Amino acid sequence: MPSMLKMLLTAGLVASMSVAVAAKGFASAKAKAGGVAKVDPRGQVLSLSCSGCHGPDGKSSGVIPSFNGKSPEYIEAALKEFKSGERVSTVMGRHAKGYTDGEIHLIAEYLGTVGKKTK
Amino acid sequence: MSTNISRRDFSKLLATGVAGASLGLFGGVGTAFAAKYRVVVIGGGFGGASTARYLKKLDPALSVTLVEPKAAYVTCPFSNWVLGGLRTMPQITRNYAKLSGRYGINVVPDSAVAIDPVKGTVTLKGGRVLGYDRLVVSPGIDFKWSAIAGYSQELSESKMPHAYQAGAQTVLLQQQLHAMNDGGTVLICPPANPFRCPPGPYERASLVAHYLKQHKPKSKVIILDPKEKFSKQGLFTKGWQRLYPGMIEWRGPAAGGKLISVDGSSMSVKTDLGDVKAEVINIIPPQKAGSIAFTAGLTDETGWCPVNPLSFESTIHKNIHVIGDACKAGAMPKSGFAASSQGKVTAAAIIRLLKGQEPVQPSLVNTCYSLIGTDYGVSVAGVYQLSPTGIIDIPGAGGLTPIDASDDQLAQEAMFAESWYNNIVRDIWG
Ligand SMILES: Cc1cc2nc3c(=O)[nH]c(=O)nc-3n(C[C@H](O)[C@H](O)[C@H](O)COP(=O)(O)OP(=O)(O)OC[C@H]3O[C@@H](n4cnc5c(N)ncnc54)[C@H](O)[C@@H]3O)c2cc1C
Ligand code: HEC
Repeated sequence: MPSMLKMLLTAGLVASMSVAVAAKGFASAKAKAGGVAKVDPRGQVLSLSCSGCHGPDGKSSGVIPSFNGKSPEYIEAALKEFKSGERVSTVMGRHAKGYTDGEIHLIAEYLGTVGKKTK
Repeated sequence: MSTNISRRDFSKLLATGVAGASLGLFGGVGTAFAAKYRVVVIGGGFGGASTARYLKKLDPALSVTLVEPKAAYVTCPFSNWVLGGLRTMPQITRNYAKLSGRYGINVVPDSAVAIDPVKGTVTLKGGRVLGYDRLVVSPGIDFKWSAIAGYSQELSESKMPHAYQAGAQTVLLQQQLHAMNDGGTVLICPPANPFRCPPGPYERASLVAHYLKQHKPKSKVIILDPKEKFSKQGLFTKGWQRLYPGMIEWRGPAAGGKLISVDGSSMSVKTDLGDVKAEVINIIPPQKAGSIAFTAGLTDETGWCPVNPLSFESTIHKNIHVIGDACKAGAMPKSGFAASSQGKVTAAAIIRLLKGQEPVQPSLVNTCYSLIGTDYGVSVAGVYQLSPTGIIDIPGAGGLTPIDASDDQLAQEAMFAESWYNNIVRDIWG
């Protein structure tokens, strides 16, 4: 990949991560005021594929574990352990390696909080 | 590859993507605002039904219409399990009751016969005309009937089923397997790439052998393949040796794998190395995008639909998105999982586009499980990113079940495959 593109990609990631941080503050402020929590659009898009295996809203039927109701911290730790191989898996390691730690954070934040409430 | 984006466009795309993300912070889902918008989806399969469902899930105020002629949709995934005697047809049949009743989607039991991309309308076979702000086209595949001399739709419906659109074709192939004599031969003839479900023909060979081993153990399965190699080849070959020794024979192009013609009356196929006769002949013809994609001028010279990978919007017609098997999605295979992943990403992109925002960078994923025997499952996974050449694999992610996987892992993957199926069909059809 040309290095200019690499730079752009990195810039994109950094920008969307700082957006995420801003969004977090914004969301909790809104939530306190009784409004609808704002969703970082990237967290949502990154999380859309998970339900293909884990079921709608992470409620699984059968032996694939559910993650519905799990905290953002739990989901983030699990994904990072699958990614590093610290936690043995059949398929989650192969998936988790496709996300940066920043993206894993956004996924966990979305699925662990917003994803549950907006059901 | 024609999903080529120029480097300049690509940087622009990334830049606007970032700007869009920050815009998104303050542009919440405005109910009254969104209510004006009509999205029409053509095709209620893996791609189309996923888009319809997620459009309503992510923005309940949208008006979403799903056009699908069939009242019952039989999934291709797990149709090989039916051939193996491990599932029944009702168990792999879905309907649209929950999408219309519970999720507020306007399901129209009809087919689209024309699209006017300028006026923004879809004409249905029954005569109705639907207006749209955004249209999603997910019609799946059609077959190139004339690609194999002697083959035809009529022959597929009488003697040589393709069973590559599940339903009556699956039942016909199953009846033929049940009727054949012990000691008979089953021929499976897959096409060259690209085609729907690259591991499909080889999972089929496995599960047909599973059935034959129990009921007709002297029988054989021969695969005549025009390809030098095929999906999960190492894993399949190892599984066949372990579970069905001597029963499954794969013949590549150098061993007479290329079909020249087929003949229904003698139940034989002609290859450059001579004729092969069999009691059951499963021809999987080369494929192209579903016919409405051609009628609407959404295809290019390859017979598939070029799209902008950021939103799956057609690069030919504005405001029309093409997803699933019909579109050209770079490194993503033509699978139900991929179609659903594309459908959801497209739903999220459409919601932003209708609000005047740029779509955020999508995250696309695929996993194809294949069952080789009852306790023997394998998978291939992919996580994808955008590049100037379109959708590419993220290096280091995805990949195959390890070739030295333990029996325990293989048994787990077989169970996960079952759970995957139950979860994805609930995720899509409710
Ligand atoms: C044997 C076999 C096994 C498979 N196994 C797997 C698997 O294990 N995992 C996996 O992920 N994938 C699997 N697949 C692939 C999967 O079935 C397809 O990739 C998937 O169905 C593609 O989704 P789609 O939405 O593009 O098309 P489809 O699911 O085919 O849906 C298209 C729909 O559009 C409708 N339609 C067509 N034209 C019109 C029109 N003009 N108007 C209105 N409606 C229209 C059709 O009736 C159909 O319902 C398998 C395929 C086969 C053949
Ligand atoms: C191909 C199917 C598949 C996909 C896609 C998938 N998972 Fe998983 N997931 C599994 C399986 C199977 C396991 C059990 C571990 C294993 O063998 O891989 C699992 C385990 C987990 C666990 C551990 C649950 C627990 O109880 O500790 C979490 C958390 C999880 N997945 C989250 C996710 C998230 C988030 C995504 C989307 C980014 C995702 N998964 C995508 C199949 C999948």
